[in-house]
Amino acid sequence: MEPSPRTATSNPPVAASATAANLTERDLVRRSASTVPPPARQLEPVAKLIDVSKCIGCKACQSACVEWNDTKPALETNTGIYENPHDLTPDMFTLMRFSEWENPQTGNLEWLIRKDGCMHCEDPGCLKACPAPGAIVQYSNGIVDFIHENCIGCGYCIKGCPFNIPRISKVDHTAYKCTLCSDRVAVGQGPACAKACPTHAITFGTKEDMKKLADSRIEDLKSRGFENAGLYDPPGVGGTHVMYVLHHNDKPAIYSGLPEDPKVSPVVNAWKGMAKYVGFAAMGLAAAAGMLHSAFAGPNRVTREDEEKAEDLVKEKI
Amino acid sequence: MTNSWTDIRNTDLVVIMGGNAAEAHPCGFKWVTEAKANRGAKLIVVDPRFTRSASVADFYAPIRQGTDIAFLLGVINYCIQNDKIQWDYVKAFTNASYVVREGFAYKDGLFTGYDENKRDYDRSSWEYEIAPDGFAVVDETLQNPRCVWNLLKAHVATYTPEMVERICGTPKDKFLKVAEMIAECSSPTKTMTSMYALGWTQHSKGSQNIRAMAMLQLILGNIGVRGGGMNALRGHSNIQGLTDIGLMSNLIPGYLNIPVEREADFTTYMSSRTFKPLRPNQTSYWQNYRKFFVSFQKSMWGDAATPQNDFAYDYLPKLDVPSYDVLRYFEMMHQGRVTGYFCQGFNPLLAFPNRQKITESLSKLKWLVTMDPLETETSRFWENHGEYNNVDPASIQTEVIQLPSTCFAEDEGALVNSGRWLQWHWAGGSPPGEAKHDTWIMAQIHLRLRALYEKEGGAFPDPILNLTWNYHDRNEPTPEELAKELNGYAVETLYDPADPAKIVLEKGKQVVNFSVLRDDGTTACGCWIYSGCFNEAGNNMARRDNTDPDETGAYPNWSFSWPLNRRILYNRASADLQGNPWDPSRKLIAWDGTKWSGYDVPDIAPNAPPDVVGPFIMNQEGVSRLFARGLMREGPFPVHYEPFEAPIANVVAPNIRGNPVARIFQGDVAQFATSEEFPYAATSYRLTEHFHYWTKHNVVNATLQPEFFVEISEQLAAEKGIAHGSWVRVWSKRGEVKAKAVVTKRIKPLICDGKPVHVVGIPLHWGFTGKARKGWGPNSLTPFVGDANIETPEYKAFLVNIEPTTAPATV
Repeated sequence: MEPSPRTATSNPPVAASATAANLTERDLVRRSASTVPPPARQLEPVAKLIDVSKCIGCKACQSACVEWNDTKPALETNTGIYENPHDLTPDMFTLMRFSEWENPQTGNLEWLIRKDGCMHCEDPGCLKACPAPGAIVQYSNGIVDFIHENCIGCGYCIKGCPFNIPRISKVDHTAYKCTLCSDRVAVGQGPACAKACPTHAITFGTKEDMKKLADSRIEDLKSRGFENAGLYDPPGVGGTHVMYVLHHNDKPAIYSGLPEDPKVSPVVNAWKGMAKYVGFAAMGLAAAAGMLHSAFAGPNRVTREDEEKAEDLVKEKI
Repeated sequence: MTNSWTDIRNTDLVVIMGGNAAEAHPCGFKWVTEAKANRGAKLIVVDPRFTRSASVADFYAPIRQGTDIAFLLGVINYCIQNDKIQWDYVKAFTNASYVVREGFAYKDGLFTGYDENKRDYDRSSWEYEIAPDGFAVVDETLQNPRCVWNLLKAHVATYTPEMVERICGTPKDKFLKVAEMIAECSSPTKTMTSMYALGWTQHSKGSQNIRAMAMLQLILGNIGVRGGGMNALRGHSNIQGLTDIGLMSNLIPGYLNIPVEREADFTTYMSSRTFKPLRPNQTSYWQNYRKFFVSFQKSMWGDAATPQNDFAYDYLPKLDVPSYDVLRYFEMMHQGRVTGYFCQGFNPLLAFPNRQKITESLSKLKWLVTMDPLETETSRFWENHGEYNNVDPASIQTEVIQLPSTCFAEDEGALVNSGRWLQWHWAGGSPPGEAKHDTWIMAQIHLRLRALYEKEGGAFPDPILNLTWNYHDRNEPTPEELAKELNGYAVETLYDPADPAKIVLEKGKQVVNFSVLRDDGTTACGCWIYSGCFNEAGNNMARRDNTDPDETGAYPNWSFSWPLNRRILYNRASADLQGNPWDPSRKLIAWDGTKWSGYDVPDIAPNAPPDVVGPFIMNQEGVSRLFARGLMREGPFPVHYEPFEAPIANVVAPNIRGNPVARIFQGDVAQFATSEEFPYAATSYRLTEHFHYWTKHNVVNATLQPEFFVEISEQLAAEKGIAHGSWVRVWSKRGEVKAKAVVTKRIKPLICDGKPVHVVGIPLHWGFTGKARKGWGPNSLTPFVGDANIETPEYKAFLVNIEPTTAPATV
């Protein structure tokens, strides 16, 4: 197995000098609406571990994300909450979400702060839902990336995502989300957010190392009375390459609605199954139509009508 | 800080009270997470609000703002009642056994000697009994009813858990849990660290808040040890440097004093600074005061400072008042007694209390110079910004001169961090546009003044004309040149006093550190505590070796820590009376029978026997002070005083309003409100997304926290009909602001003296310049009152009212 860059904590990068980019076409394991040959090599799976119990909600990760990706999130207002911007946007790939939870067992308030963003699912619903060839890819180290020149802006990735992550840009009508800093990881650096995190609440390394680190954190949390502390690495999506250490792993929903048991929608799975047999020609047409539509009429939204049609189509095939 | 940021990882218990380290010091807070993750350390947060620090704490207890002394004296009382004292430490290393002279007393909130008209004390009774031999009387058995220990015990007895609950609003069970966790650290092998910041300083009794915790740390034996200490988290990256270098009206560098009027000559000045030891065989290090002072004068005036003219003592100003702090200066400005004001890296329109008064004061100046990398509100105080700065420019005649300066990343030099590390940094970019380094600006002002004095003479040109100015480029001294001056050098060749044939240091060479400074004019040193930072070994502040032998957290070869590269102050106290570490796993230094050595630079003479010389060598006693003698203006022990604007009367001293010796001016008293007029207890604070009023100029920070808001409880919101995210008007007796309401469970009403107290939280990052949305700062509301000892304004506790309103009119 090819080694992946290891930056177990944030800073400095482990590779002494910049390495040649190692995330190339031949490292793809999945490509939306296409088949790829088996990769020439297997990169070691990577993961970002977000230890919610160490996070102080400082938003340095958001700041680093904006700086590294050179995005320009809009200046919003205060609406009574600490989340700013108020939601993930095409210009804000990660967001601290704050939730005030009164623990019924202790009677104490807990301020649960979770860094939201793409989870980089092993079984990525967005990629499976995507009708545009090559708009979404997955590398053998687990990173799920959007390739904007192939994106038709249809928004199916949003529907396919069990975490409600991608957002469509009104400027270029393509979908955006966290790339796990694939451009940095490819050359031996950790993600910008992990580098910026002052408390090492965000760490990055091989998935194996991150699981070990999580174990030690969970042990510490249990010793402090968090008996349900655990690792959030949901099996319904084959595990994720962004994982959380949660003090209350039995109740992920209290962390601003983290899904209890995320799964790729059966609709998407069926769609994918259909596409495998008959869909390529039709998909190609749909994509071309989509691109034309996108070019002339702005981004497509998945309307309820579209969704119904898609479901009908799937049902027919089933 | 007595310790350093990196040392926090050695602790067993972190107490964040009077600060919000996770929020305001997120990078330093990493050492708390290290202690928690690697040592199993616990974190306690005591704060009126459930803060970001509280979100990662093991235990949180609420407290009403401005009542920290009652809480801390309550913990001291708990420790005494439950015998949770590190007795060996207390007996040997504090003044617990010192006998206080007859006549000292405390009653109804006042110590002996109070003069109500002067609002000041005659402090002569706050002193030890002195024996005929000139030494303080001690009773090592602690039986004498007038020994410090017994006085302390009696003084804190009032502060029972019930009384703490009554004053602070902290539920008794929560207080007891905190007290119990803290008391565990009285074991010689358990330490606690205190991390505090402006939550303790910005009160009319701020210094006494800190003293109360210092006393607690002393009875637990936590000063001078790894993982212990009193750790002030400094707000600006170089505010530690500011105080070190003496940028206060009453100080010169290295915490030496500007003379006062009655010290008209050098002999008189030195007569009160002999610092004779108060116990036999003790080291009283301030006995070197004259060496540091004379070396400073030589650094300033070189050949013009001679033994014949008392080293140019007359060149120094003589203060006619205790200090010209910012409150006094703006009071004078308000009275029309100030012509011009230089405002360097400073934004008083948003930073000083009672903004209306600040605006009026600045409007009375003839001229105002601002030196800042940013477009500050102060530089635009005359400009109308609608509701946000509702002034009439035509009526303001002040001429404002804006000098654009550089930010830290465009400059080279040392920043002194909270842990006293002088960390050299290099410029990361060139100044934009017309911006110039502050050193260039200051040099130009000096050179022009000098030329004027040369041309026109004047009443007393000598201090200006004789000022040492031998820089390579007179127009811009380099940071290295200035650092070398601060370190000090030999003015003449220095010979060994024991062997006059032996040269210690050749003329012109940098001194190794302050131990070689002399009081005869043969050495020069700009700031004695920094001496050693740039000696013949080079620029020690630029060292970047992060090796840490045995992982003690000392990192001795990383930058330079004043004094003498010492990482933990009072580190002699980490060892017992035989010189062995109290906790072998946390060894700092130890006595091997002939000398002290270990991981840190010993804070004692290397050959001082452990059973003879006390560890607190900066005190005349050689021990630390539970009883402060006359060194604090309010008294030798802290007392609970309410803020000047408080929601309840002082239950331990009902007749006293505020701190009886706090800095107040007569004209401001009428603007102090009562809780009948203004029922809600407000406090101000910082948010992690921003740095003061700077980062609102940065679009990324502005995006992350775009708009001014206030935080209130769900209960207050319901009472006042305030909807989440709606506009509210908050007003005090001095002004008003409009803000968005954040209604939160993180603020809860407190019950104090039987009465519900609602807290209104007001963060401080918005103004009318910059990229973020326009807003106000809490200083529109805060009272013009300062701490009794250091005049820090009371930003943390004041009264307001609140009601729903509509959006401010846009301009």
